[in-house]
Amino acid sequence: MAAIATRVPGRPSSRFGNILRFEWCKFRSVRSTFWALAAVVAFNVVVAALLAIFLPRALSAHQQAAIDSTRVSLGGLHLSQVAIGLLGVLVITSEYSTGMIRATLAAVPQRRLMLTAKTLVFAVAGVIAGIAACLAAYIIFQALLPSGDGMQTSLSDPGVLRAVIGAGLYLAVLGLFGLGLGTIIRSSAGAVATLFGVLFVPSIIMTLLPASWQDTVGRYLPMNAGETIYTVQHQPHTLRPWAGLGVFCLYAAAALATGFILINHRDA
Amino acid sequence: MIEATGLSKRYGTTVAVDDLSFRVPPGQVTGFLGPNGAGKSTTMRLILGLDAPDAGIVTVNGRPYVSYRRPLFEAGALLEAKAFHGGRSAYNHLLCLALSNGISRARVGAVLELVGLASVARRRAGGFSLGMAQRLGIAAALLGDPPVLMLDEPVNGLDPEGVAWIRTLLKALAAEGRTVFLSSHLMSEMAVTADRLIIIGRGRLIAQTTVEDFLSTGSGGFVRVRSPQASALAALLTAQGATVTRQAQQTLAITGANSDAIGELAKANGFTLTELSAHQATLEERYMELTRDSADYHAGDRALAPGRK
Repeated sequence: MAAIATRVPGRPSSRFGNILRFEWCKFRSVRSTFWALAAVVAFNVVVAALLAIFLPRALSAHQQAAIDSTRVSLGGLHLSQVAIGLLGVLVITSEYSTGMIRATLAAVPQRRLMLTAKTLVFAVAGVIAGIAACLAAYIIFQALLPSGDGMQTSLSDPGVLRAVIGAGLYLAVLGLFGLGLGTIIRSSAGAVATLFGVLFVPSIIMTLLPASWQDTVGRYLPMNAGETIYTVQHQPHTLRPWAGLGVFCLYAAAALATGFILINHRDA
Repeated sequence: MIEATGLSKRYGTTVAVDDLSFRVPPGQVTGFLGPNGAGKSTTMRLILGLDAPDAGIVTVNGRPYVSYRRPLFEAGALLEAKAFHGGRSAYNHLLCLALSNGISRARVGAVLELVGLASVARRRAGGFSLGMAQRLGIAAALLGDPPVLMLDEPVNGLDPEGVAWIRTLLKALAAEGRTVFLSSHLMSEMAVTADRLIIIGRGRLIAQTTVEDFLSTGSGGFVRVRSPQASALAALLTAQGATVTRQAQQTLAITGANSDAIGELAKANGFTLTELSAHQATLEERYMELTRDSADYHAGDRALAPGRK
């Protein structure tokens, strides 16, 4: 048979470069990626538009001046975080559920290199999509507000650009948290349930506990820490914005590190 | 070349592979036989490093598979029919795998042509029939043009034309000097495709031999004779030390004497023979004989075999 396997001509490709191209190819060539990222943008934009149209009528001028309007404009995060969390989980668990993982590991037996490349590809896509979605939401919210509305702000106002960009980073990190949990749990349903359980449940339980607990422990819970980055008006008993995002990153990093350790010690 | 030494693997309390040593040489098609649950798939997973052995070592071309930086150039494997994401097109599936090892796009087109999937390459692979999925898996195995090919039940789900195609392909690949290792439970298919056999049962090696030797060493061979004087012939043969079984009024099955000797004997004594035929044991019969005790799941034994495939 005419067997002509040739390495890519004229491109002395590095090993890790090849693995990155592999992971990017897999990432871009399934529809769920497109739909999830489109949903992230769409949720943010649509919710921002609806809020800009209906909220001004519902609020008094005094309320409008007092409200954290940047955070309000990012209200779509409640939905878009579900989409990006799902995508983060599926990037790895879909390989296990379809059997693709066997082909992947036969092509790249260096599992940690594979996982590193996968994490990088997702991180870049997540940061770009997250920031784009949040920036779009902010701009559309501001554009649709009635002129002279008390909620109007500018990206050059203190903390606003940080909140908008930070919200995009928050989305990306949340997706990475999902990727880490997906690597550990390897089942789509289990990892999705764990991700949103860890995000939502502790914050809910905390509201039932004494105020002193809420003040000391509450600020370190994943959701409470993460949301500081897209909050312009700093609340008492919460972390500073970048410290909060840092703590949120630690959760994702812990999950990814655990997955990174486990992947070499388990049968695929 | 694949070499396993003392390979063992258990899952919980189930011993899947037990101190297995074998060698798969280049230039031949080596069949990997065993009943369901014998450990064939597990062994192949150990070869690829998908599962880690509890003991022993297995090498591909002299080194552990996981030590290769571009393993698709060393070995190609088809482990399960649908080791791909159903939402991805056949072309993209192969392209991704090619990129991982720095294989050119041109090669992706070439293997798609080779397996006959070029016309459906842009369709989502999730809609493929089992036969098409097998072809896609074979295309993936051939991407790196590797010297070692390993296929787990490759003819599953293929139509007769597909079976003939893969048989020809595998023989051609072996004739080029490659190592071809395929598992199957289809004895008839193995008999016409394989040159050598590795037979396992309950995770242990039962036989490692050529197909020819395997067939000739068994007890299943016999000579069939049909004669109007069957009774007299039977008495004569028994007297000479052969074992005779009466199959019908005029038909005898004889072991312990070959057809040459029986023909001469009949001539010398003036018997008329209406049939004289030597029967070699089929691969299936020999295989059943050897694995009877090690078949994990006899029919009716257990309703469900565990799904490790």
